[in-house]
Amino acid sequence: MKIRLSRENVRGEFVKKVEMISGEDLLKCYQCGKCSAGCPAAFEMDILPSHVIRLAQMGQEEELSKVNSYWICLSCQTCTVRCPRGVDIAKIMEALRLVTLRQKNQNKVEATALPTELLAELPQIAIVSNLRKMSG
Amino acid sequence: MKIPYYPGCTLKTKAKDLEDSAIAAAKVLDIEMEELPRWNCCGTVYSLASDDLIHQVGSIRNLVRVKEQGANQVVTLCSMCYNTLKRANEFFLADEEKQDRINRYMDEEIDYTGDVAVVHLLEILRDEVGMEKIKAAVKKPLTGLKVSPYYGCMLLRPASIGIDNTERPTVMEDLLRALGAEVIDDPYKTECCGAYQTVNRKDVVVTCVHSILTSAQRNGAEVIALSCPLCDFNLDNRQKDILQTYKGFHPIPVLYFTQLMAIAFGLDESVCRFELSYNDPRPLLKSKGLIE
Ligand code: SF4
Ligand code: SF4
Ligand code: SF4
Ligand code: SF4
Repeated sequence: MKIRLSRENVRGEFVKKVEMISGEDLLKCYQCGKCSAGCPAAFEMDILPSHVIRLAQMGQEEELSKVNSYWICLSCQTCTVRCPRGVDIAKIMEALRLVTLRQKNQNKVEATALPTELLAELPQIAIVSNLRKMSG
Repeated sequence: MKIPYYPGCTLKTKAKDLEDSAIAAAKVLDIEMEELPRWNCCGTVYSLASDDLIHQVGSIRNLVRVKEQGANQVVTLCSMCYNTLKRANEFFLADEEKQDRINRYMDEEIDYTGDVAVVHLLEILRDEVGMEKIKAAVKKPLTGLKVSPYYGCMLLRPASIGIDNTERPTVMEDLLRALGAEVIDDPYKTECCGAYQTVNRKDVVVTCVHSILTSAQRNGAEVIALSCPLCDFNLDNRQKDILQTYKGFHPIPVLYFTQLMAIAFGLDESVCRFELSYNDPRPLLKSKGLIE
């Protein structure tokens, strides 16, 4: 992974957008890795939650757009309650989802594309929560 | 005591077993859960975006409905409804400008001021009723039943709204002990089940749930107790998918804590709606002499 660091990235629009949506200060994170250590979904993520935060700090929008980590995130808040710096990582994951979902036609899951048998099997609570996280 | 009750939609359909057993068991303890005459979906998951007001409106509207009943407290059974309503109230209280915008948007409703306490039934059982009174109501102690409580996330996190210690909760253990059960202490009891990934990435849920269930089984559990219809779907129904990936897996029944209360209080089995379970818990309960 090639990372280009510049003032434009680190102080750029992307960082501002993520901080605005999440309400979090990205630079609070000192990369201890505790969030990644306890994340129950890390086994399926391209990069660990702490790496996601690091890329976000450096304004690496392009690199972040290629990883699945925040789509795999379960919003379980384990990282959030454990971070020694009080970073609400789950909110940053949500902000990264929203940066994509707030653009046109970027839904990860389309309600109309879900098979009828699956919809019949699932409780409403699963369908509603999934669509709230995976579509805009 | 009478308390307004917010069911949420899944408790009216696939989680009827949670609703029916809870209402019946609460009645034994003189708690009348009165369903709000009007309510809407809370949104299931709390919006984690600081600039997203519209997804708070559904929850706040439900809290206005509580005020319309002249009450300041509402009880929930579903862990996710509990979390979403309670966090929405926190969001609302934190920022006056947002309060004003939300109130102006809800033009038909009375203005909300943030003064409704959202509580989970487990909190009422612990803080208002007390374990002694629960113990005294037991007619059929769950003797010899090895139950592993499962909290998942939404009852405990974040800490500001959690009903108990985020890492070492004990409220369900205390309740199950009062019912006479043998409580299994399982380190995975606060680990997420995979949540909404069950729709498009059920493989993630299968891995998470397999770890949770086999850990409980290694520690001796015969049955899991929980309080959330999404956890329930993932821990119970998804065992079908677990069996396809992990050949050696042995299925284990999953119950709501309220069903175990109903059995221990000697209520008619029909309030438990066992037919809604994916893994039938009846053979186990029969073998322990707890149901006919
Ligand atoms: S736990 Fe907090 S400080 Fe540590 S890496 Fe994660 S976000 Fe950064
Ligand atoms: S909220 Fe997301 S990133 Fe944080 S621990 Fe849970 S799954 Fe991992
Ligand atoms: S959260 Fe579900 S169960 Fe709770 S009301 Fe809304 S979709 Fe329904
Ligand atoms: S364990 Fe899973 S379904 Fe249950 S509260 Fe967590 S996210 Fe919800």
